[in-house]
Amino acid sequence: MSMREKIEQAAAAYPDQRSAIMPALVIAQKEHGHLPGPVLEEVADILGVERIWVYELATFYTLFHTEPVGTFHLQLCDNVSCMLCGSENLLKHLETVLGIKKGDTTADRLFTLSTVECLGACEMAPVMQVGDDYHGNLDVSRLDALLDSLRAAAGRVTGVEHAAQPLPGE
Amino acid sequence: MYEPVLLKNVEVTNGHLLSSYEAGGGYQALRKVLSEYTPDEVVELVKQSNLRGRGGAGFPTGMKWSFVPKGGDKPKYLCCNADEGEPGTFKDRIIMERDPHQLIEALAVSGYAIGAETAYVYIRGEYVAAIRRLEQAIAEAHERGYLGKGILGSDFNFTVHIHCGAGAYICGEETAMLESLEGKRAQPRLKPPFPAVAGLYASPTVINNVETLACVPHIVTRGAAWFRGIGPDKSPGPKLYCVSGQVKKPGLYELPMGIPLKELVEEHAGGPLPGRKIKAVIPGGVSAPVIPEHGLEVGMDFDSLSAAGSMLGSAGVIVVDDSTCMVKVATRIIEFFHHESCGKCTPCREGLNWAVKVLRRIEAGEGAPGDLEQLDMLCKGIFGNTFCALGDGAAMGLRAALKHFREEFVAHIEEGRCPFH
Repeated sequence: MSMREKIEQAAAAYPDQRSAIMPALVIAQKEHGHLPGPVLEEVADILGVERIWVYELATFYTLFHTEPVGTFHLQLCDNVSCMLCGSENLLKHLETVLGIKKGDTTADRLFTLSTVECLGACEMAPVMQVGDDYHGNLDVSRLDALLDSLRAAAGRVTGVEHAAQPLPGE
Repeated sequence: MYEPVLLKNVEVTNGHLLSSYEAGGGYQALRKVLSEYTPDEVVELVKQSNLRGRGGAGFPTGMKWSFVPKGGDKPKYLCCNADEGEPGTFKDRIIMERDPHQLIEALAVSGYAIGAETAYVYIRGEYVAAIRRLEQAIAEAHERGYLGKGILGSDFNFTVHIHCGAGAYICGEETAMLESLEGKRAQPRLKPPFPAVAGLYASPTVINNVETLACVPHIVTRGAAWFRGIGPDKSPGPKLYCVSGQVKKPGLYELPMGIPLKELVEEHAGGPLPGRKIKAVIPGGVSAPVIPEHGLEVGMDFDSLSAAGSMLGSAGVIVVDDSTCMVKVATRIIEFFHHESCGKCTPCREGLNWAVKVLRRIEAGEGAPGDLEQLDMLCKGIFGNTFCALGDGAAMGLRAALKHFREEFVAHIEEGRCPFH
């Protein structure tokens, strides 16, 4: 299905097209990775609504990104329950191993690091959301393992051991 | 030994599938109301049960339903508040992920009662797994005739749509949620009119929390007297408690309403971590004023906690032990409210910005004499003067920290450092 078809299907759930802006932005962000101006305007055109209505939602709600984010968006919860269970140390660790500060994206565009408000999974604090998935009961070693698996998933294993291995035929 | 009702399917393998739900007696309540009850009789039954809203405010559910006008030209809407953003709360997520049909049956029964043919479930966008499970369950329920047209051979039509939030705590406030559903920025509306009269698209609308709705089918099958027989008379029923923080066994516990907070934390949740002592507990999400250790005998119900100067809220129970700085906890809480303030009204938007600055400097050891009085003044300026309860929650939380742990704030200012670092 094209983006237009997906948006039109989502809009059928509402008696008013304006209600479909949020679901349309979710669809558009999945399609484009983030929501630059031309995408917002396309959404407005598909739904036949005012562009300003689309802009105001894209900038009000924190899950919408008007700027690009990395392949993996690391969203570490640092609200009270996670803070009490050590999220501060996890943030420091992530900043150290990724070489970036929270809010930034790594130079290879693989990781964007953010802190977020409560993810609603405090029974497994500290928690981090990456893409659609929650990762709970985190500590430094689990965090390292998670980063490794994400790098592997991206097909860009950057560990020293791997880099030192001879290429086939060498 | 209390036998769980709301969570009975949660630990069942594949409990999220329709076949499992039916095997456990699922959809019998819907069958029963469609064949034996008029809508008004369902409203009356819920009134009789004394069910009170589990989202935080504790408003009597049956009474809320009875405010919906009879007849009229406009469609009626049922909205389910599954935005669950109150820090420390995760009960609705677990119901939706592990037992979504419980919510769907509850929506259908409640929709029948208020005369709605359409329900919107407003789920926070982070809950991807819950959204997928609920989508699958809605499709299954349609296939088996529990949703759709002429449900179970009756003349009742009912559809459930999911609306995903996109990261705004304020959407838990019911009128802000309606604004968001209408495709606007989530800012609360002035009341009246109340949603029951003019809510979604200016039509009569009922907004209930996931756990509140989940109680309804059980009230239908087991009776109002059964429900009233659990916990205190004025706020009865089974209750989900979310326990997190510095405690041995964090998790979701279903127990009677009104059990002592101390029993919940020390017996069910295993008590403090080895070598630590409990210093304080936040009983109902971060909007609920903190209770110091000596107050933990309080019962976990709306009235007992209110009498103790706190509130049941969302029953997000956050345990804080003696290794933790309360100034830091209070600062983090006010940072949260400041971040989530929708910006509509001045006391909340500006007052919280100011409070965060003062709290951060105290925690950093740069507090000045007069800072605590300034925080007291800010709480006074915010509380009762805002559009919605977000500002009140922030002010109540900060006031309680200043009242019960004032000596920690004073020590920060006098010593010029955080004594816990």
